[in-house]
Amino acid sequence: MPEEILLMDKITKVYPNGFVANKDVTFSINKGEIHALMGENGAGKSTLMKILFGIEPFEEGRIVLKGKEVRFSGPLDAIANGVGMVHQHFMLVPSLTVAENVVLGMEPKKGGMFDFEEAVRITQEACDKYNLKVDPRAKVEDLPVGNKQKVEIIKALVRGAEILILDEPTAVLTPQETAELFVELKHLKEQGHTLVFISHKLNEIKELCDRITILRLGKSVGKANIADVTEQDISRMMVGRDVVLKVDKTPAKPEETVLKVRDLKIVADSGKPIVNDISFSVRKGEILGMAGVEGNGQSQISEAITGLLGYQHGTISVNGVDLKGKKIREIRELGVSHISEDRNTYGAALISSVKDNILSDRYYKKEYNKGLLMDDKKINEMTDELIKEFLIKCDDRDDQVKMLSGGNVQKVVVAREFSNNPTLVIANQPTRGIDVGATEFIRKRLVELRDQGVAVLLISADLNEVLELSDSIIVMNEGKIAAYLEDASQITDMILGEYMLGVQTQTPEEIARVAYD
Amino acid sequence: MELLSQIFDLLRTPAFAASVLRITTPILFAALGGIMARRCGILNLALEGSMLTAALFAVVASAFTKKAVLGGVSAAVADPALVTKATNAGMLAGFIVGTLAGVAMAMFLAYMAVGLKADAYLAGLAINTMATGGTVFILYLAAGEKGISSSLDSGSMPFIDIPVIKDIPVIGEIFSGQNMMTYFSWICVAVVYFILFKTATGLRIRAVGENPHAAESVGVNVKKVQYIALAFSGLFCGFAGISLSMSYVQFFSRGMSSGKGFIGMSAMNLGNASPVATAVAALLFGFFDAMANVMQTLSVPVQFVQAIPYAATLLGLVVFAIQSDNKVKKLKAKQDK
Amino acid sequence: MTSKQIERRFNVLKTAVAILLSLGFALLVITFVSNEPVKAITAFIVGPFQKASRMSNIVEVMTPLLFTGTAICIMYQANQFSMIGEGAFLIGANLCTWVSITLQSMAGLPLLLICFVVAIMAGVASAMVPAILKVKFRANEVVSSIMMNYVLLKLSDYFFYYHFRDVPSGQQASYPIPTQIKLPKLIPGLRLHAGVLIGLAVCVVAYLFIYKTKWGYQVRMTGANINFAKYSGISVLGVALSTQLIGGAIAGLGGAVEILGRYDRFIWFGTQPGFGFDGVLVGVLAKNNPLLVPVAALFLAYMRTGADVMNRVSDVPIEFVDVVQGLIILFVAAEMFMAKYKHKLIVNNAKKQLEAKEAAN
Repeated sequence: MPEEILLMDKITKVYPNGFVANKDVTFSINKGEIHALMGENGAGKSTLMKILFGIEPFEEGRIVLKGKEVRFSGPLDAIANGVGMVHQHFMLVPSLTVAENVVLGMEPKKGGMFDFEEAVRITQEACDKYNLKVDPRAKVEDLPVGNKQKVEIIKALVRGAEILILDEPTAVLTPQETAELFVELKHLKEQGHTLVFISHKLNEIKELCDRITILRLGKSVGKANIADVTEQDISRMMVGRDVVLKVDKTPAKPEETVLKVRDLKIVADSGKPIVNDISFSVRKGEILGMAGVEGNGQSQISEAITGLLGYQHGTISVNGVDLKGKKIREIRELGVSHISEDRNTYGAALISSVKDNILSDRYYKKEYNKGLLMDDKKINEMTDELIKEFLIKCDDRDDQVKMLSGGNVQKVVVAREFSNNPTLVIANQPTRGIDVGATEFIRKRLVELRDQGVAVLLISADLNEVLELSDSIIVMNEGKIAAYLEDASQITDMILGEYMLGVQTQTPEEIARVAYD
Repeated sequence: MELLSQIFDLLRTPAFAASVLRITTPILFAALGGIMARRCGILNLALEGSMLTAALFAVVASAFTKKAVLGGVSAAVADPALVTKATNAGMLAGFIVGTLAGVAMAMFLAYMAVGLKADAYLAGLAINTMATGGTVFILYLAAGEKGISSSLDSGSMPFIDIPVIKDIPVIGEIFSGQNMMTYFSWICVAVVYFILFKTATGLRIRAVGENPHAAESVGVNVKKVQYIALAFSGLFCGFAGISLSMSYVQFFSRGMSSGKGFIGMSAMNLGNASPVATAVAALLFGFFDAMANVMQTLSVPVQFVQAIPYAATLLGLVVFAIQSDNKVKKLKAKQDK
Repeated sequence: MTSKQIERRFNVLKTAVAILLSLGFALLVITFVSNEPVKAITAFIVGPFQKASRMSNIVEVMTPLLFTGTAICIMYQANQFSMIGEGAFLIGANLCTWVSITLQSMAGLPLLLICFVVAIMAGVASAMVPAILKVKFRANEVVSSIMMNYVLLKLSDYFFYYHFRDVPSGQQASYPIPTQIKLPKLIPGLRLHAGVLIGLAVCVVAYLFIYKTKWGYQVRMTGANINFAKYSGISVLGVALSTQLIGGAIAGLGGAVEILGRYDRFIWFGTQPGFGFDGVLVGVLAKNNPLLVPVAALFLAYMRTGADVMNRVSDVPIEFVDVVQGLIILFVAAEMFMAKYKHKLIVNNAKKQLEAKEAAN
């Protein structure tokens, strides 16, 4: 008989903006299992875990840990009770060392002073015990992503976590790093730890987990032994219908070259080269996918093209116009649209209205102004049309964007970026962290644009997305193009993974093929 | 040309060098207060108001304690032993109350910015407004005046002659015989360094300032750390206030901080919140302030001279920006080769 | 009720509570320090309404706040926290006086216009320093503008002492301002002058600028999310620069209006008159909306007039108003102040809606 270690019973949580994130959610896990928590974005997984970890208060329900009712006042309380969490976004202090990050909050002291050597010893001991290899004296800002995650896991274990919550741990990892992580997690399970594994990826859950709980729209809709359900079952429970994320598309008919990037080099403020002499082209009527683990220069490339970031060497041109020294507005006027990977920072002004967000690239144009004042009537018409066309769920155009769900915020961004007659669309992680419905909608739109003769550069860490949408693919590794795969339909995710990790690299000649004129 | 050589003559004297140290003191304390706040991630614009308030409370506490110990007897006719006792008691009370006032102001800011999540900019400005009017209000209640506390007989912190050094020509003149607060301010530079880089609390302060979510996720009480860091910030503001009204002058006058809190904050910016670099920057601003003081005797319109410290601070901000820009450029250029 | 409506109602309520609490604190302080608290409080609360001249005085006191408050609104809309209003107001008034005295032979409408233009230019020039430091060198505009205010104060003192102080008269004041260019009185027998109309016009124009023009849109987006604005192609540095300059211009004009409306001679020297700092309270109370500036300015003017009356008839010094002013800013700015109440409102509302939905199903 498995022993129930944790029960969250009928939890209800309402956010200050009125959003009901959890409604009567019941969640129970057994000692020594790996329990998957699944659901679309916005289904309430992260909120539920934040409640468990004491970060968010909740309105109704109870939490029973090892038979005792508890209510954690904060993370400290949760940690003291053996609950640890590895957050989706790393909770590390970049300028401190690994050891300092590990002991932060429980610093060893000698004579009233911080004892750094003891901190290193504690960290090393944990590394050895759990077979996680990191240098305790290294500065966290210098570590690769996979190692940062290890630091996070060590942090939790050193604090005596029996229950370890992992919030989408594989989102930022390569397939190979993911495999390594799974070995480590199974090792932890053997040592008696209980793991809660949050993920979107069905295959990973099938491989790793024992049981699964599924949330939909803030409610728990199912619980099962992994062995008893198929991937289709799970997906049906998640969205209440079969998800077909296959996008129907015909083969591309590429025409003349629109975007030309030649010998592009970008150096970070720290002096580290992030993008190192790369060249590629995107043609009218095709989607070029740019795959790669995040942080290999993709974001910098998209920001350099769209004028947000300066570059040291090389040229970027759109339809033959050199972009060097051009202002962002001038680049946009050439028909370059940009979906930023970070919609909350760049893509939208959260405290502004839907209308103001849609207006931001066209407010100055003659058609929306009448003399000195803006033409409110025309602007309202345009906004309402786009809200309808892009199925943006909101009360009206004056709603603050922060009141919308992630998927709808992204639809606002896309409505703006797709409705300005683009010739080139730079789509950086266009569907990250949004629900399946919105994802499907945006992907279809991208293909439609391609068919209308738009050149699309699709940057995505989601391999399925890259494989599904792209006509050709380039793979980024350490600021360089590691491969050019001309026909995306012939490629599997394992091949992509090997190029992403640098296990395989094409010859310069093969890569140079993507730089056609 | 003649003017330049006149200025140069003034600046060459040991007395001038000594005055730089003297004038730097409140700026340096304020800058240290700025460091503690900035390191925990909160902008303390209330440095100015905090030191002004501390200066007033130090004077009031000192004067009232002195009066109480003397028991209504005029100092001129009282028993010398009693006068000494009263002076010492007044000094101690002024120091303690001034310090507490500084800490209280910082805690008020902390409560507003950390506890009630008010915008730190606005909270700082609001507290400065309150301090500007509030000090005059309290001064009026305590001394019946609105300009200067001349009716209050307050004391000063001791002046210290350093043995041996005081007998060395020039150096003795510069470094010996300063007020206790001046020496103390340089000790505090070391104290701030020690707190930030050698203690667990310092580690937490730096972590909270750089990534509060990370600190919170491992159970560091972010608010508590910020309260602690701001308490230190207030402590140094308290010292800054005392060094305004209880060292080289022994009175409070309205608005006597005259922007020194902001100058200290600029020194902190210039020093990038590192204790040693900040101290050097504070010394630089102290130099210009002292220069303005001695130049008042020259035939230059006094208003221009008085504007020097503020103009120098503006210039300092520019220099800082250019220098950090260059650093980045150099790093990038290096890579290009 | 939508969350939007709750938010709006809550904000009005919160501002009201903040004002009442701060005034309550004021009354408490008066009761403690005054020997005749009833007389003092009466003077404070009712005093401003007891004579027509005092009510006229409220409007007079309000007038400069219309300018500095609007200046703050425009700058804060773009997240530019420049405090230059203080110095720009002073130097605007100073140079306006100087020019009017120097050119008094041509006194008349042209001179009045020249005075205004000079004051505006002076404000712009003052604001230029912190603005350029911010845009070119990323220097914090709060600190640099406050430093600049000190420089401007000294500069104003210098102009005053060396160029237009009326030494023979024996007063610490400038030569008299030519009467022909003084702003006309609105009501015979009262000091109320036409400056208030200029101030109200500035508020309305600023409102239209911010909410109804493409330039205002740029300002609002830069303030809402500077990265988003940049990404959209808005020149955020241009916005930072221009809002600070506009703020300086409005404050400078305010200085001219104040000196030409209320004073016969320039008498500000040695200390900052403080209108710029008062502008912060006005801006915060008005939620950076210029259309609400008159209301906020009226309130502050009422409070100041009351304190002034009280100062004259009782023993409570006027400076306590600064404390009350600071408290109001703090309460309004404090996000968590009354947050529990707000949360309850929203939770109850959400529950109701959920139930209604479920009932409908």
